Amino acid sequence: MKTRVPAVQGWLNIDPAHPRLIGTKCGNCGSIFFPRETVRCRNPRCGHNELADVELSPKGKLWSFTGAEYQPPAPYVPRHDPFQSFAIAAVELEAEKITILGQVVEGVKVADLKIGEEMELVLDTLLEDAETETIVWKWAPVGRAA
Amino acid sequence: MVQEVAVLGVGMHPWGKWGRNFVEYGVKAAEDALKDAGVAWTDIQYVAGGETIRNGYPGFVPGASFAQALGWTGARVSSSYGACASGTQAIEAARTRILAGLCDVALVVGADTTPKGFLAPNKGERGDDPDWLRFRVLGATNTTYFGLYARRRMSLYGATSEDFAQVKVKNAKHGLTNPYARYRKEVKAEEVLNSAMVADPLRLLDICATSDGGAALVLCSMEFARKHTANPVTIAAISTVTPTYPSTIIEMPNFSTDSAAAVPAPVVPFRDSIAKAAYEEAGIDPSDVNIAEVYDLSTALELDWYENIGLCPTGDAVKLLRDGATKIGGRVPVNPSGGLACFGEAVPAQAIAQVCELTWHLRGQAGERQVQGAKVGITANQGLFGHGSSVIVKK
Repeated sequence: MKTRVPAVQGWLNIDPAHPRLIGTKCGNCGSIFFPRETVRCRNPRCGHNELADVELSPKGKLWSFTGAEYQPPAPYVPRHDPFQSFAIAAVELEAEKITILGQVVEGVKVADLKIGEEMELVLDTLLEDAETETIVWKWAPVGRAA
Repeated sequence: MVQEVAVLGVGMHPWGKWGRNFVEYGVKAAEDALKDAGVAWTDIQYVAGGETIRNGYPGFVPGASFAQALGWTGARVSSSYGACASGTQAIEAARTRILAGLCDVALVVGADTTPKGFLAPNKGERGDDPDWLRFRVLGATNTTYFGLYARRRMSLYGATSEDFAQVKVKNAKHGLTNPYARYRKEVKAEEVLNSAMVADPLRLLDICATSDGGAALVLCSMEFARKHTANPVTIAAISTVTPTYPSTIIEMPNFSTDSAAAVPAPVVPFRDSIAKAAYEEAGIDPSDVNIAEVYDLSTALELDWYENIGLCPTGDAVKLLRDGATKIGGRVPVNPSGGLACFGEAVPAQAIAQVCELTWHLRGQAGERQVQGAKVGITANQGLFGHGSSVIVKK
């Protein structure tokens, strides 16, 4: 069995039963950061340095979306040969008031999406070789995960 | 209001895909600007270069590269990097030095040679660089971000692909007779609508190319200018603002916005704040503007800028376009040069070229594309990683 590793260390919980993005939260002002901020709270009127890991809401509203119809240049690594176009979503998390990008799961096309609809976080394979499977987060319309 | 500096000379090298060293374009633009100003290279006291950094290319240290090519004179020199805002950073470096009384006359130069296709990050495994990671983890190119904004404008304000195409049609017309434009050909809306989809809803002809090109300015103190000309074009403001925390609109090359959970989003979002700072510095407001050069990286993005620089209320950009207000002959022509639609982007030269274009119009030297009665113009642009860029010129 291959070793599963997150696409970026510390950015996501890759437990299949509990997929979550991991950000950090300022212990002083409550500001939330994703990708994780560990040195100093970026609220300019706070600036404290007690930042703790926090799991982010796995659901949010679709802020906007687009499609990648051409193969992006390296360091992007295509999953399919020939390249298959994919959609990219910006999803707004209500509690955290943050908008986060992610690819949309395979099988869901741009034409299937609508701004404002509910999206959920899922895990998928970004890259794999003989020993390792690199796991990435993706967004899926709720109830339509592949 | 701050003191003004004069734009004594402007010059450009034509945009294209020439494939030569960027220094050559910069030197040609500089020679033209010096000639236009009536100032000898040996009288320039300060050289400010706008810089691009790509693939670790070692020659891209522009200030000194241009100074060496023009012949070392012992002038003070600087090189500025602010991604697409590099040119404005260089203009600001020169203005600041002039206003501080440290020099009377300065040369600002930006030039670039661009690779083919999508702009991509430097090579190598750089897991701590968000600009590298967004390609690896998301497959997000620059056009991804333009696509997100375009889709949102369609959903919120009812813009259509036909509207986006009309921006291209307008700019293609504007650039037809511009000798510095790379593309000088009328474009029909159907050609845009039938071109290949790149970043849905944006198609190939909605998105600007990357180009080679060079642009230069001779800037000087008002006192120095009066020895050369009675009524120079002046720079009334330069805005190089960063966003204000929390910046809640997704920006290239980021994975996310700031969170507004602890601090409410600012009343004026980043892109609006760029022009606002310039208007405040110049002591004018958007109703004073009668010509603008904005960064149409995509057709839809030009519409965003109409609102960001205050030409119309939020949501009304399509109406402004459909009314013909932003074409030459309209109330406030936007991108009379033809914009990036006709030029393609030459990163460190583009913000300088915007000022060249406005200067020609304010002097009445823009030829067939002349915007009649242009007195106050604004440029707007934005550089990766949070560099605002706006210049106000007056006559």
